[in-house]
Amino acid sequence: MSGAVVLPRRAFLASLGLAAGSLALGVVPSVAVAAPAAAPAKVAALVPAAKGPGLVPNVFVHVAPDGVVSIVCARSEMGQGVRSSLPVLIADEMGADMAHVKVVQADGDAMYGDQNTDGSTSVRKFYDDLRRTGATARAMLVTAAAKKWGVSASACTARDHAVFHDASKRSIGFGDLALLAAKLPIPKPADVTLRPKSELRRVGGELPLLDGPDLVTGRGVFGADVRLPGMLVAVVARPPVVGGRVTKVDSSKALQVRGVKRVVELPVPKGPPAFQPLGGVAVIADTTWAAMKGRAALELSWDHGPNATYDSDAYRETLLKSVRAPGRVVRKVGDVDAALAKSAKRLEADYHVPHLAHAPMEPPAALANVTDAGCEIWTSTQNPQASRSEVAKALGLDASKVTVHVTLLGGGFGRKSKPDYVVEAALLSKVMKAPVRVQWTREDDIQHDYFHTTSAQHLEAGLDESGKVTAWLHRTAFPSISSTFAPGVKEASDGELGQGVLDFPLAIPNVRAENGEAVAHVRIGWLRSVNNIHHAFAMGSFIDEIAHARGADPKAVWLEIIGAPRNASLAELGVDKLPNYGATLEDHPIDVARLRTVISRVTELSGWEAGRKGGRALGLAAHRSFLSAVAVVASVVRDGRGKVHVDEAWVVADAGTVINMERVRSQLEGAVVFGMSLALHGAITMKGGAVVQTNYRDYPLARMPEAPRAIHVEVIPSDAKPGGVGEPGLPPVAPAIANAVFALTGTRVRELPLARHGLV
Amino acid sequence: MTSPDPMGTAPATLITLRVNGKEQALDVEPDMPLLWALRDVLGLTGTKFGCGQALCGACTVHLDGEVVRACVTPIRRAAGKAVTTIEGLSPDGSHPLQRAWVALGVPQCGYCQAGQIMTAAALLRKTPKPTDAEIDQSMAGNLCRCGTYTRIRAAIHQAAEGSTPTSTREPSK
Ligand code: FES
Ligand code: FES
Repeated sequence: MSGAVVLPRRAFLASLGLAAGSLALGVVPSVAVAAPAAAPAKVAALVPAAKGPGLVPNVFVHVAPDGVVSIVCARSEMGQGVRSSLPVLIADEMGADMAHVKVVQADGDAMYGDQNTDGSTSVRKFYDDLRRTGATARAMLVTAAAKKWGVSASACTARDHAVFHDASKRSIGFGDLALLAAKLPIPKPADVTLRPKSELRRVGGELPLLDGPDLVTGRGVFGADVRLPGMLVAVVARPPVVGGRVTKVDSSKALQVRGVKRVVELPVPKGPPAFQPLGGVAVIADTTWAAMKGRAALELSWDHGPNATYDSDAYRETLLKSVRAPGRVVRKVGDVDAALAKSAKRLEADYHVPHLAHAPMEPPAALANVTDAGCEIWTSTQNPQASRSEVAKALGLDASKVTVHVTLLGGGFGRKSKPDYVVEAALLSKVMKAPVRVQWTREDDIQHDYFHTTSAQHLEAGLDESGKVTAWLHRTAFPSISSTFAPGVKEASDGELGQGVLDFPLAIPNVRAENGEAVAHVRIGWLRSVNNIHHAFAMGSFIDEIAHARGADPKAVWLEIIGAPRNASLAELGVDKLPNYGATLEDHPIDVARLRTVISRVTELSGWEAGRKGGRALGLAAHRSFLSAVAVVASVVRDGRGKVHVDEAWVVADAGTVINMERVRSQLEGAVVFGMSLALHGAITMKGGAVVQTNYRDYPLARMPEAPRAIHVEVIPSDAKPGGVGEPGLPPVAPAIANAVFALTGTRVRELPLARHGLV
Repeated sequence: MTSPDPMGTAPATLITLRVNGKEQALDVEPDMPLLWALRDVLGLTGTKFGCGQALCGACTVHLDGEVVRACVTPIRRAAGKAVTTIEGLSPDGSHPLQRAWVALGVPQCGYCQAGQIMTAAALLRKTPKPTDAEIDQSMAGNLCRCGTYTRIRAAIHQAAEGSTPTSTREPSK
């Protein structure tokens, strides 16, 4: 073990390809002028290189005469592995060798199509389109070679970064074809032929982690890592309550802090929150620390506005009351009331899930440089185009004058789809006439999030003499994400209800789902798997409750309730239409067979039939979301202090066609831990309209000692159209854990998190 | 943290320290956390800000070989000492932990991983063959929101074995 090898700075710089001579930072005279020498190279790496001569069949591919193929990744990398996966799909379709492929991160620009990296869409929505970009390049390279040789294009094949004419044993490299191919007409994407899947050499396998070496050496560039000469740092004191505003600012002490340049009041947002900054007061300084100290020295008074009475504990009762009364009917089959009245046994249960914060490891950060020429941004955003349009709007510029460079994201989970922090940086750079980085602290992040909604659900089931479920009533109430974008919204959208309530297949003759009204008092946003979090928790727990009430095996009851293998129709579900995550039911049916398979497989792998043994108990849950089916078994034990501990977990997923098996597995492993955090600890509460929690101290996440000793993942091989991966692993985790806790302790957890009940 | 000069208005004196083997003299407030001196003054951005309260470990560096959370370590406490950051752990990313991390595909977003590796490096120096329990205890202060803990454990074991890192992933069906 070599321990900490101390690296001479020269070597490190050399490894970045920089001359060390100009960089001998001996004495740093003043922080303001210490533009770190390594920075410009890092920044340059983020700006897509101007495409030189060569073949440019579309905005995603460039083949240079030296053989370097540049492939654009237009989606944001936040740990899900898009940069390691999507370019390989294009390269495989081309026949390009990844050793000669350069992955270029796209700026925010509509020419790349939808870049908002959420909804687990990167693969499922773009699989065919991206293949077409590669196939177009291949078609042109093949045509160029065929022309050169005077042979038929159909006699030529592209592989290993070259075009081959096997009959004459000739080949010519992509680089040598680039200029020739560039002269050809570009075929329409719809006219190009895709390779048979069997010819995609790497797709579906274990692909190398493109950014791995950078991420273990500190070279990966995240939102807060970009440095520009003369850059300033801003930290903002935002209104503690959404809808509040600052009424008095005394900045005299803040301005005395060494390094503080200026105190700037941000505009008060108008109308619904949307992507606007929250307002407040910014302290701008030459270092982050000076800005933080300056903010602490501000003396501020607030008008907290209309949400100042919001108390999330009291609101929990409001929501529970709402679901104990009839609501708007959103799904209906048969006659639930009559069936309940006739049933031999009735079960009912109420569930509650509190607000949750995203808390990505990297708090929001954005660097903006507003000049006469326009505005240039570097930020960790899931949503570069919205960042661009929101900045343009806030600065009164045409969007063409705003450039958004996308760095690596230190986690996103939906938080970084909302560019409020990017707009803050732009507004402040304009005022300061200098590059300004806005740095959110963890406290800012936890207190001013776009929170996962809080919800109550009421479930009721009627059972006949044999225990078979004949009636199912599901009521759900939660403030809608729509409330963030439009005033006065009280009802959930179809998209939100389509996450479990409308689309979960139930082989039950009488089903009714209802939505109760709920008013939002904070910014509601989407958090990894969104409304599936609470819907899967309640439904997955209730199925387990039914099984235990019957004294039956939960696995058998799961299979009985979802029913026989079939594609559930709208009529069967009892709905007129289904959002289905933006996909058609033809492409992505509600395929019960797939849900059954993941349940069967996960119970096989986990030794379900052996049941409880050796002080451990198992819990099962399954859910379809983002067009993929996932089942989870959690094993829980009591630790030395008598608290419950998740010691092992099994995940089986059917996500259709997969590009990168390795990253699919890592996403599913991560979903287990993410799910543990919310099941065990997650709760954001509000008093007087303001968030009570401040940091990881009072918003704890699962830590290493809590992590299961093993998370076993199996992905069902499939040629079906790709489903989502980043999100669908999460929904079954919390109910699987709660069901295991019941099996172990007899305590039924209907209100998350477990910590609320002293179980952890 | 009480500072004799809470407003930071006193004339500053140069603070000298060694960072990754190089002498540095910094003209900064003595209460500036080492984290911000590294990131904002020296441009060493591999060390990350996650919480500012010693709750997440994203800012972990070595101070005279010991693990510290740079976000709560005032620069004056580093005066005259040697700081090693992720950039200085190995010249070329070849530390056994770095190799194991890449081989096992540990990072997801990667934001926590510099801190994870620095904590693990200190663990291995003191405990060359740690048990799971020792790993859990040493790594408890390093959060990973992406949930890479099981791979971190596996990668620490692999680095400790000193063997050529190989994948221990389960084959997929
Ligand atoms: S940033 Fe230092 S421990 Fe979190
Ligand atoms: S890899 Fe994302 S926080 Fe650890």
